[in-house]
Amino acid sequence: MLPLRFRRVTMSARVLVGVKRVIDYAVKIRVKPDRTGVVTDGVKHSMNPFCEIAVEEAVKLKEKKLVKEVVAVSCGPQQVQETIRTALAMGADRGIHVEVSGKDYETLGPLQVSKIFAALAKKEQADLIILGKQAIDDDCNQTGQMTAALLDWPQGTFASEVTLEADKLKVVREIDGGLETIKIKLPAVVTADLRLNTPRYATLPNIMKAKKKKIVNVKPADLGVDVSSRLEVLKVDEPPQRQSGVKVETVHDLVEKLKEAGRI
Amino acid sequence: INLCHLLSTIDMGIFQRFARIPLKSTYIWSLCRQYSTDLTAVDRALIQHRCVHNRGLGASPGNPGAAPPRLPFSRVTQEDLAFFRTLLPGRTITDPDLLKSSNVDWLKTVEGNSEVLLRPKTTEEVSQILRYCNERNLAVCPQGGNTGLVGGSVPVFDEIILSTSLMKQVITFDNISGILTCQAGCVLENLSNYLEERDFIMPLDLGAKGSCHIGGNVSTNAGGLRLLRYGSLRGTVLGLEVVLADGRILNCLATLRKDNTGYDLKQLFIGSEGTLGVITAVSILCPRKPKAVNVAFLGCSSFQQLLETFQCCRGMLGEILSAFEFLDASCMSLLEKHLKLTNPITESPFYIVIETAGSNATHDEEKLHKFLEEVMTSSLVTDGTVATEATKIKALWSLRERVTEALTHEGYTYKYDISLPVEKIYDLVQDMRGHLGDMAKNVVGYGHVGDGNLHLNITSPSKDPALLAAIEPYVYEWTSKWKGSISAEHGLGLKKRNYIYYSKPSEAVALMGSIKAMLDPKGILNPYKTLPDNIH
Repeated sequence: MLPLRFRRVTMSARVLVGVKRVIDYAVKIRVKPDRTGVVTDGVKHSMNPFCEIAVEEAVKLKEKKLVKEVVAVSCGPQQVQETIRTALAMGADRGIHVEVSGKDYETLGPLQVSKIFAALAKKEQADLIILGKQAIDDDCNQTGQMTAALLDWPQGTFASEVTLEADKLKVVREIDGGLETIKIKLPAVVTADLRLNTPRYATLPNIMKAKKKKIVNVKPADLGVDVSSRLEVLKVDEPPQRQSGVKVETVHDLVEKLKEAGRI
Repeated sequence: INLCHLLSTIDMGIFQRFARIPLKSTYIWSLCRQYSTDLTAVDRALIQHRCVHNRGLGASPGNPGAAPPRLPFSRVTQEDLAFFRTLLPGRTITDPDLLKSSNVDWLKTVEGNSEVLLRPKTTEEVSQILRYCNERNLAVCPQGGNTGLVGGSVPVFDEIILSTSLMKQVITFDNISGILTCQAGCVLENLSNYLEERDFIMPLDLGAKGSCHIGGNVSTNAGGLRLLRYGSLRGTVLGLEVVLADGRILNCLATLRKDNTGYDLKQLFIGSEGTLGVITAVSILCPRKPKAVNVAFLGCSSFQQLLETFQCCRGMLGEILSAFEFLDASCMSLLEKHLKLTNPITESPFYIVIETAGSNATHDEEKLHKFLEEVMTSSLVTDGTVATEATKIKALWSLRERVTEALTHEGYTYKYDISLPVEKIYDLVQDMRGHLGDMAKNVVGYGHVGDGNLHLNITSPSKDPALLAAIEPYVYEWTSKWKGSISAEHGLGLKKRNYIYYSKPSEAVALMGSIKAMLDPKGILNPYKTLPDNIH
């Protein structure tokens, strides 16, 4: 017989999953001529790959009947609804679109997003938040950690394996030295790393079903969050052009060239 | 021809008659004083090599795909090597280890023993090479990316390999007309990348894009995955620069969309598989890069439903449809088994890859979603998935493009590239399965169903003459019965040259022979390929 506490957590467990709309991984990034940012108009966008992994993990937990509901959340303008729909097609139950547009969207960063998530977690009474470890456009790797701190919840970041054991979460984390296994109490924040799972393809029957699932619109102000940024982007530049290498015919030539370049 | 060479020939002739030892033993060569002092260790090794491998297997009635006996071309001498080394310093390869990969085809089913690989950089160099070879009566095998599937890209005996691998310059690109001019050795994928940066794409795409050369594509009139939308190379190639067998340079490198001045010579060389001339430069019309590309991967429970899906697709997606490919369940299991690819949808007997390419993402998605809703609700399709992002699109395409690769892991593959009326395509696969029974390990079908082109592949753990005898000529007769083509896009090469009569009348083949004789009287360009042995 499972302890009452465990049954309460799993039977009604709600998971919030953050999905970010980013420039597609395969697109060649171009810097805007005014160097204030990168070109996003007309450029292919898609769900952040780590967010896909997060959604997959949440849906897996639901399929194992360990959680009851998966809610996909995204912050941004109208277009992020596509990203939420993709999450719904993968198996999320409903979506929340936090409307942020224009200048506010350009300066939206991890601090504001984590405040939004913290507010939503309280409002929706979430038991678990799963996010991607980082977004491929800013590579910040901060939202998950900040969200946990604001909620004072434990965090399992860089997760490559997540298992629910009683009312605790066993998380295997990828760290520099190898793998670290920790046990954290729910409610908690988990950020997904590459090897956590392989996201499923959204199949047509699910894509059709997803069209009927609900996406609710919310404004940051409704959650009591101020999205103004304390950061100012000064300029954005392309990385320096890679110089082509020089081929030499013999070892002697190589030594000569290294001497010329002052390397030896 | 120097006196010593002549003497050694006579010596060899006499010896062969009286002593009955192999024509090319080291001992005979050493009879000639000149050669005995000039032979280096490498030369001796080469001669031994010739002795071991120089057995023309001879195409027999039971094996029309095998090589015929060696025709009396000259053999490469030290002087020839000296000429080549002066013309192409550092680009005349004679090292057997380096030659090995150019002597064997991609499928590892045909091996020649060429001893010389030449890498010219310019059309002028190619011209000089051919002029010399024509005078010396040396056979030449032009080679691009060596990805051909009918043994046409490798030597059969000791033909000199003329590689285009260093002729990889883009000459011009006009971004108003979309006309690209480049040397024949440009790799297709590199051209695609070059064009994509400029908002254009190549009009053809095939699984071998990472290795194949555009010159090779044109010489074989490659079809590929985009033919459905952009047509064949016969329409998109605007001009060619070709070097003829005697070294003459034929510059028909026009960059005009319309030019009706005289006979259209370039059409002779397109698809001629290197037997009428060596293509050195190509000018090709490139379409604009589509702003929106979507790929749908669908599952069907029967071939009939697949065909109905195709009709529905044509109706609802007509103007944006850019590819319609299929593969069967056996292909999918091979992909899963050997390449560890995952099936994105539930298992089905047939899978379709549909690609749409258009100028407006919203419009195309709406069309595509309407189409998918239609085929799902009418149960023509049992499951499917859609991709709009580049990485996912690549992943879905690889399920179709990598079938050829997966098959190579099954042992020996017998490949058949057949054009048939669309309704009959899968009948051939099922018929073959019944006909071969246990003799074959796998009988799979996949291909450009939108173009009526089936790739029938049969595998066995190793080469099996009994299996081959069961497959051929049964498969060709079957094809001929339905007025199909025994080689839709792969060409004839070495393996299928003698089957040409299944798809072309003898008068046509005779005329082809006349054209060959006119353009290459000594027959030095890619001998033993494309035209049947009895053409002589």
